Parts: sequence; C-alpha cells; structure tokens
Amino acid sequence: MGYVAIKGGGKAIAGAHTAVESLRTAEGEGGSPLSLASIEHQLRLLTSRVVSEGGLYHPRLATLAIKQMHGDTLEAAFALRAYRSTKPRLMETPIQSTTGMRLIRRISSAFKDIPGGQMLGPTMDYALRLLRLDLADEAPETFREVSRQFIRDAPDSDLPDSFPKVVASLRKEGLLPPQPDRPDTPFDITREPLVFPVPRSAALATMARAETGSLLALAYSNVRGYGNVHPTIAELRVGYVPVMLPHPVTGEPTEAGEVLMTECEVVATQEAGESGAPPVFSLGYGACFGHNEVKAIAMAILDRALQKGMQDGPDCPSEDPEFVLLHVDGVDSMGFANHYKMPHYVTFQSEVDRLRTTREKDAAHTNAQGAES
Amino acid sequence: MNPGYELPVDEVSYNFAFLDEFAKREIRRSILKAISIPGYQTPYASREMPMGRGFGTGGLQLTLSLLGAGDTLKVIDQGADDSVNAVNLRQFVELTCPGANTTERAAEANIIQSRHRIPEDRLTADQILVLQVPTPDPLTIVEPSEARRKIMHGEGDYAPLLTRLYEDIVQFDEIAISNRYPTRLNGHYVIDSSPIPRFDVPKMHQSAALILLGAGRERKIYAVPPFTDAVPLAFEDVAFRTEAFLDSQGNRRQCDRCKSRISYLDEIIHPDGSRHWQCSDTGYCNDRCAQLHSRQPEEVRS
Repeated sequence: MGYVAIKGGGKAIAGAHTAVESLRTAEGEGGSPLSLASIEHQLRLLTSRVVSEGGLYHPRLATLAIKQMHGDTLEAAFALRAYRSTKPRLMETPIQSTTGMRLIRRISSAFKDIPGGQMLGPTMDYALRLLRLDLADEAPETFREVSRQFIRDAPDSDLPDSFPKVVASLRKEGLLPPQPDRPDTPFDITREPLVFPVPRSAALATMARAETGSLLALAYSNVRGYGNVHPTIAELRVGYVPVMLPHPVTGEPTEAGEVLMTECEVVATQEAGESGAPPVFSLGYGACFGHNEVKAIAMAILDRALQKGMQDGPDCPSEDPEFVLLHVDGVDSMGFANHYKMPHYVTFQSEVDRLRTTREKDAAHTNAQGAES
Repeated sequence: MNPGYELPVDEVSYNFAFLDEFAKREIRRSILKAISIPGYQTPYASREMPMGRGFGTGGLQLTLSLLGAGDTLKVIDQGADDSVNAVNLRQFVELTCPGANTTERAAEANIIQSRHRIPEDRLTADQILVLQVPTPDPLTIVEPSEARRKIMHGEGDYAPLLTRLYEDIVQFDEIAISNRYPTRLNGHYVIDSSPIPRFDVPKMHQSAALILLGAGRERKIYAVPPFTDAVPLAFEDVAFRTEAFLDSQGNRRQCDRCKSRISYLDEIIHPDGSRHWQCSDTGYCNDRCAQLHSRQPEEVRS
C-alpha cells in the first residue's frame, strides 16, 4: 500500500524552497549578499525591464524581486504584479504629459538636426561589443574613482530641462494628421477585462507592460515581411517624467514625483489610396517605464500595425488586436507554459481511455475487414 | 532611479484574503451575474495572484472573494488534498485568511476548490464547488477569435462544435474528447466543463451545490447554478460515455485500497512494472478505508 502519486506535498514544497535558497547562497564563505542599490544601479536595465513588465513603478521593490527570483525577469515582474493586487486604488492620476520629460537621451533618425538638438546620452548603440576584461576583476577603488571623475568633469549645462517634440513640428507642417481626440478616461486594463474590439488606449496600456521579447518578436515579424510597417523613428527619448497630481488642498497640479520612462514615436509611410484626403504620414506610439528602448520601438511599430488592423481588418498576425494583445503578457504566457509542469494524471487517464477505446475499435474494424476478404 | 523610495513597512501584513476589498467586491458582482445567466462567460478584471497563471488563480480569486471567518475550505488537485498545488493553495489561504478553517473531508467543507475533479460524494445545497479553468471557451477548438466566439455563443451557434464531434465519430467511431467535455446549460450556453474527466460531467446535472468556474488568465467567471440542467453534447444515436475502467474481461476495476467499484481511478505503475488502480479522490478513499477497518474486527467476531 501507500502508493499515491504525490505524497507529502507540503514537505516537498518546503524542501524545494530550501534548495532554491541554497543555490542563491552557493558562493559560500567568500560570498556576500547583493545589495538592492547595487542591483538598481549596476543592473539598471534589468531593473527597468522589471518595473516596466511589472506595471508598477517601484524600482526598489523591483530590485528586491530580481534578487529573490535569481534574476529571472518574468518571475520578478510577476512578483511586482502580485504585490500590486494587494493595494487598493485610492485615486486616479490625471493624464500626464511627456513633453516636460527631463531628458537623459533623445534622438531622431528622421532628421539630421532637430529643434533642441540630438542628444546621444547613455547608450551602448555605438560601443563595440568586445568583452571588457578589466571589468572581470574590478577593484572597488577604480569603480569609485570612475564615479567621482564623472561628477567632477560634468560641465555646467545650459541645456533646458525639456525639449519640443519632433512630431509637433511634423504636425504643424501637416505631414502628420492632427492629434486624435483623446478619450476622457483611458481604458484601464487593471480594472477592466479586454473584451474585443478594444480601444487604442487599451492596446497601448497592454503593450506598455507587455513582455519585451514577445513584443519584439511580433514587431519584428511585421517589419520583416508579415506586415507592412516601414518605420522611421521620429523621436526616441529617455528621461524622467514629472508626475503631476492635484494638490490635496488647492487642487493645483503639483509635482508629486518622477518616473523614468522611454518613449518612441515612429512615423510610417502612408499607404496609397487609404482615403481621398491628401496623403499624410501615420504615427505609431510606444512608451514604457524604465529605460528600455527596444521595447518602446517594438511597441510603436505594433501600435501602428494595430491601428491599421483595427481600421481595415488584420492582414497579418501583428495587425490583429486579439492575436497581439492576448499573447504579449509575460505573466500570463509564462504562467501557462509553467502550469504544464503540474500533475495532469486525471486528464491524462481520461485521454488514455479515449486512445485505448479508439484503438480497440480500430483493431476490431481491421479484423472484421480481414475476415470479410 | 529615485533613491528616496522606502520599502513598504507592512509588506507582509496583507489584507484579509490578500486581495483588496474593491477587487473582492468586483469578483462577487461577477459571480452574481454568472449565476443569473447560466454558462455565460462573465469577463472580469482578474488580478495577479502570487502563484502562476495556470495554477488556479481564477479559482483562487473566487474562493478568496467568498471566504470569510468561520468558513471551511477543502482544496484538492487531481482529487488529492496533498498534491503539491493543493497544498500550496491551502497554505496560502491559511496564511491570508485568519479565522477560516481548512479540511480534507468534503462533507465538512462549505467551499471546495478543485482542479480536474468533482468529489465522488454528492455535494449538498450548503456547499459551493469552485473549479479552476484554463480555457473557459468550448468553442476555442473551432474558432480562435474571441470576438467571433462571443457572437456564436450569443446566437447559440454550436454547429461547428457538433460538426467536430461528428468528424470524430467518422474518424474514430467514438467522440474523442477526453476531458473538458462541452456541456450545455439550461438549454442554451455550452460551457467548457473545465478539465474534469467525462466521469465527473454528470455530477454537474441538477447539482444541489452551486458550481463556480474561474479562469484567471482568460479573465472569465461562469457558473452552473444549483438544480440546473447540464447536458453533455452528444447525438441521438451516439450517447455520451464516461471512462469505464474495465479490465480485459470487461469487469469494472476496483480501488486497491478501499475496494470501491464506482470511483474514478488513478492508474499506478509499480516498480515491478505491474499496473494498479486507486481512487483519485483521496478524501473519499480514506473515509472508506477507515470504515473498512472499523468494520473488519466486528466481522471477525461474528
């Protein structure tokens, strides 16, 4: 007796937790725990990715999640989301403007020069991907000296805090259609389920917290041939957006904090004959928490593709709102892929029953045919 | 990033039942709608839970929104209380719902959350069965677009689904759907019965207990209200059939432990390669074993 497929589940779970912790601390005597500040700064793009996919701007909790999940972005973003479920909504922020973003980086590939100028900022785009072996055994003194040197050498800047947006000038010229009427209340994907068809604001919100790799794969499929968006980056900006909330007493908009964001606007070529009006460019928009340029670009391409799909019906997967929006969420897709690891022996038994029955019938049928001939 | 952030001091002292009160209220409203329209897949803004999507987050949200102090909960997975996932869910409820009780005996529970099984003993009108659902829409196998499926449900257009069953008969001389059997409620909506085996589907028909089905990832809640017709799709000349558990002589197999010949069985392969059969519903099986043991001494005496 005593044959039950899974016995002592509680003990097994506790054992698994211990095993996980033993691996985190496997460095042993010479090791020291990662500080959250080190993760936040030295693994800043990882932190960015987690706040963005977690849909909660809390870099400190994001770094905690990264540490706890051994650096798994899907799991870390998931932990932030779950934390979010415990918090009631006390108020809704008014619609924020990114025009006042305090930039650390800003480029346009559409124009050689743009009002306010291009600002390359912190990017690895033009760095050679050669392994820097000096980092392998970096001395703490060297590390601190680099930081001191940067602060000492930073010139007094007369650059303004914010810059005009490139698309504003395109709009002025009539090359872009005027800004569409914004809905008074954007669709809130955290309080309403997606029931298709959904408005563009629902699509944008879904993509803003989508898993980076999933967005990238679908956007890439579009520009590579399963779609027709030919994007040019009108503007890509990274910086701190001041969060304005009504003052509790006066009601005046007051800066309550700031969030690091990446924003991308792509301009795509007008397709011939879409309407009788003079041809104009069309715009795709991408934005996410943190510094994650590839995500913002992919989102902008998909926004443009989805707008076409919503208007004319989808011609390819990346233009289909259901296809894109229901498959890009990391928490959903990771969870479902993982759930196949759970025991399924009851349903498997049921499947075996069907297979045995149909095989028996098939064999009986073949025998009967054999007897006839 | 902004260094001024402080960690929340009360990060472990979560709200009763984890979810914030607004979320629980929304779920309860969706439950009421689901009961009012049997089989209708009520969309709701499913929250992220601290366990994976696909691990029963839909069922768990239903349970957490219903559970209060004094309630008694049973959690099973594959029919077993000590399956890892059931243990995990039960521990989470014990952690976040002080005052609520848990049990392994179906008769003691007023809420039973289950994945893949309906308990063997008939549930009563005082009980609620919560089933975890991965794919809430039975039409998914014939139509990938949710928008189009919604129209098909509204129009009661289940022809493609029936055609699919017919094609099975042509190809295999049997309906090949093993679990998640499409079942019509109250003469209209067809539901995905969740991945329960066909064996359990008849238990939904005119069930005294309210059956709630929750799909967390797909953000849907639906219900089989008490004393409602639940009829598996079939044809006049091809009946719906449950798993038979017959041996090669055509006799009904029995459980190795409790000798039941009417329960759903797990097939177990012993190290020597021999096949054995045991009840999947461990609570039912344990109760019967206890009865057998208490009866045996009397039999010896007489």
